[in-house]
Amino acid sequence: MGSRFFRGTALLAMFLAVAAVAMTLLVNTTSLGEHPWLRVFFSVSALNFTLRASVPLILGALCGILCERTGIVNIGIEGMMLAGAFAAFVAKTSTNDWPLLASLLFGVGASLAVGGAMGLLHALFSIRYRMDQIISGTVLIILAAGISAYLFDRDAVAEGKFGAIALPGLSQIPVFGEVFFSNPPLTYLALLLVVVVHVALFSSRWGVRTRACGEHPRAADTVGIDVNRFRYVNTMLGGMLAGLAGGFLVLEAVGQFQEGMTAGRGFISLAAMIFGNWMPFGATAAALLFGYTQALQNELLLAGITTVPRQFVSMIPYVVTIVVVSGFVGRVRPPAAEGKVYETESGSE
Amino acid sequence: MNHPAVPALEARSITKIFPGVVANQEVSLHVHAGEILALLGENGAGKSTLMNVLFGLYHPTQGEIWVDGQPVTLKTPRDAIALGIGMVHQHFQLVPVMTVIDNIMLGDESIRYGLLDRRSAEERIRALSRQYGLAVDPHSVVEDLPVGIRQRVEILKALYRNAKILILDEPTAVLTPQEIEGLFAVMETLKRQGKAMIFITHKLKEVLRIADRILVLRSGRVVGEADPQTATQPQLAALMVGREVILTVEKGAAHPGAAVLEVTDLQAKNDLGEPALRGVSLQVRSGEIVGVAGVQGNGQTELVEVITGLRRASGGQVRIGGVDRTHASPGQIIHAGRCSHVPEDRHAYGMVDSYTVADNLILNQYAQPPFARAATIQQAAIAEHAEKLVKKFDVRTPSIETPGGSLSGGNQQKMVVAREFSRPIQLLIAAQPTRGIDVGSIEFIHQQIVAKRDEGVAVLLVSAELDEILALSDRIAVIFQGRILDVVDRAAATREGLGLLMAGVKAEPTQGVR
Repeated sequence: MGSRFFRGTALLAMFLAVAAVAMTLLVNTTSLGEHPWLRVFFSVSALNFTLRASVPLILGALCGILCERTGIVNIGIEGMMLAGAFAAFVAKTSTNDWPLLASLLFGVGASLAVGGAMGLLHALFSIRYRMDQIISGTVLIILAAGISAYLFDRDAVAEGKFGAIALPGLSQIPVFGEVFFSNPPLTYLALLLVVVVHVALFSSRWGVRTRACGEHPRAADTVGIDVNRFRYVNTMLGGMLAGLAGGFLVLEAVGQFQEGMTAGRGFISLAAMIFGNWMPFGATAAALLFGYTQALQNELLLAGITTVPRQFVSMIPYVVTIVVVSGFVGRVRPPAAEGKVYETESGSE
Repeated sequence: MNHPAVPALEARSITKIFPGVVANQEVSLHVHAGEILALLGENGAGKSTLMNVLFGLYHPTQGEIWVDGQPVTLKTPRDAIALGIGMVHQHFQLVPVMTVIDNIMLGDESIRYGLLDRRSAEERIRALSRQYGLAVDPHSVVEDLPVGIRQRVEILKALYRNAKILILDEPTAVLTPQEIEGLFAVMETLKRQGKAMIFITHKLKEVLRIADRILVLRSGRVVGEADPQTATQPQLAALMVGREVILTVEKGAAHPGAAVLEVTDLQAKNDLGEPALRGVSLQVRSGEIVGVAGVQGNGQTELVEVITGLRRASGGQVRIGGVDRTHASPGQIIHAGRCSHVPEDRHAYGMVDSYTVADNLILNQYAQPPFARAATIQQAAIAEHAEKLVKKFDVRTPSIETPGGSLSGGNQQKMVVAREFSRPIQLLIAAQPTRGIDVGSIEFIHQQIVAKRDEGVAVLLVSAELDEILALSDRIAVIFQGRILDVVDRAAATREGLGLLMAGVKAEPTQGVR
């Protein structure tokens, strides 16, 4: 039942993607581009914005996939992201006098480290202290929001951010070269990570063991796999990816930190993960869809071609998230052992 | 039989103590290559604990484990696997969403260029399949496979790790009679190829059929050893339970009255939307037991669900006590229809695991006096009711406040039976009433069913165990692919005849019900 549904959805998505590619080429190379509404939907700037808005969602969704595939529910992606963003900002502002690249890389390192630490905290709460994983995730969100707001130095300024690197050759492709191959480094990294996580999850020893831990931990245990070790490691790795998403916001997208700057991206990542059925490529497609709605919102406001009040236009990404997720929940299938503590030698047989 | 002098696996006075419970006390056993040792015992006798000790899942409080004449320490299953010990778990340890290949190689993956080498794993699996006669498609996803095939995957998983000693924990509990025959054939093959096997069960007939030696466990101790050539079922049952057990059900002739349950041309679909009942017609009169025999999955489950209001009929009629109840709610059927239901899956439909025994005993009467008055629950009446039933139905529980889920399987079932049998009823639907429970409890439940019949209740018994059908029924209906193939009187029924009917072969034309 489910598979037919997904095949249908995948076909529809493919059809829409082909149509969108065709329209994009036409709008950006022919006189169709003079039409303001078509420009809102298909211009290069809309697509660039889509990618930029999607990167943190992609990284956040990958974080969710790593955690949940191994059996740990992670509702705290938002907090991990915010902590990563704040760490990147502090690292960047305290090394403003370093060479720019070194300072930025230091920021990336800080976001990874703090994100990983948040992951470790979540794993400790969930595994060692058997805290309800929803509560633990919520704690992380509140913790990150509180600490970052308290420690935030409003006078500090981060000088410089990652710039675009045009890939030689590829960036010369009309339209698509501009969209895909003229991006800053963390964007490339995020897209690369999607492939890496997918291959690792389904074709590596680590991946098959990770999924076993998330689906049937006792089966994993009986063949000698240390379930809780996998859960610790993967939750930390996931935390690092969410931290990197925060680092992207500060070091590549915005260039500064603002209180609560993740603005619900962690939750939208969660929605992308669910919509993508806990698959890296599926989640990426969902993240791109959600990113596109943000781009639409942005382009609509910039173009000033609608009389709808801007507050309603700003709702588009959230409304789409709700509609899409509510349509899909119940059809997708989460890892079976998600959220359940695994204990050994309990004697409760 | 000539065995090498050294046993493949030996346990020397193993004691395992859980907080407050001695699960195994000074248990010793040994098994040789090419030998099947049966470990017989009731539920809760300590069989599974002992096996978990031998597989490294539990650590013995005292005692030693020897493999091939060497003392060994098993800290984790990994150690046991490395020593050639493999376990086929009662609850399969397979990841449902993964393929057979992934499940089998999990934890022992073939790696090539840093990635999984599924092809070489597949070749090894196919070779093992051929060698031991365990046919299975390596690419199928486990959740799509029937239970019998999943068990093969579980056995292959152990063989893939070069197991020389196989522990089979209640392997027949989940199988149909045909699948059990298939398993026994596999076990014979494994035996010929020199594997040592420990076969755990509480079913006497199976033990006598397949084992080379029998060890009986009761309350965590070895209480006896038997030779299957000479042992008899009553002897083994007495050893297992600790007292004489009557294996045949004592019952007099039936005195059937008016029809209570009348099912006419009933049709229904299964969960996948496929037709499961294709026009079932059946009558059960008061004071008789009608057994429904058939191989699992021929519509028995759906038939019971439609009669009890848990599934919608897509055609036909169900009359209970002369009233049309085809589309009545379960509540109406239970109360107005005076019907009791012992469901086949007690955890899903028969009880609430986390509720106390007392609360479980009033699940279908909680809203009626004396258990409820106006909007309040009457705890005193509930407790009194519970104490009475626990005593009458011999439910062994520390107290009536104990959560139902923490009782042993047999006692859970007795609890469900106690609730369902203690109301004034005209119709009793008993689906697999003794599945997975011990001999002592089976005997008791059978007596209760016969007692209900003698009170004038109409009983519909659905069971996958042909022995149970033959022991209890006054008439036997055989269901095949959603139709009642034939209804025969108990006196005229033979095991062979029923077996043929269950396989869909209708030998000679019998007049009467279609």
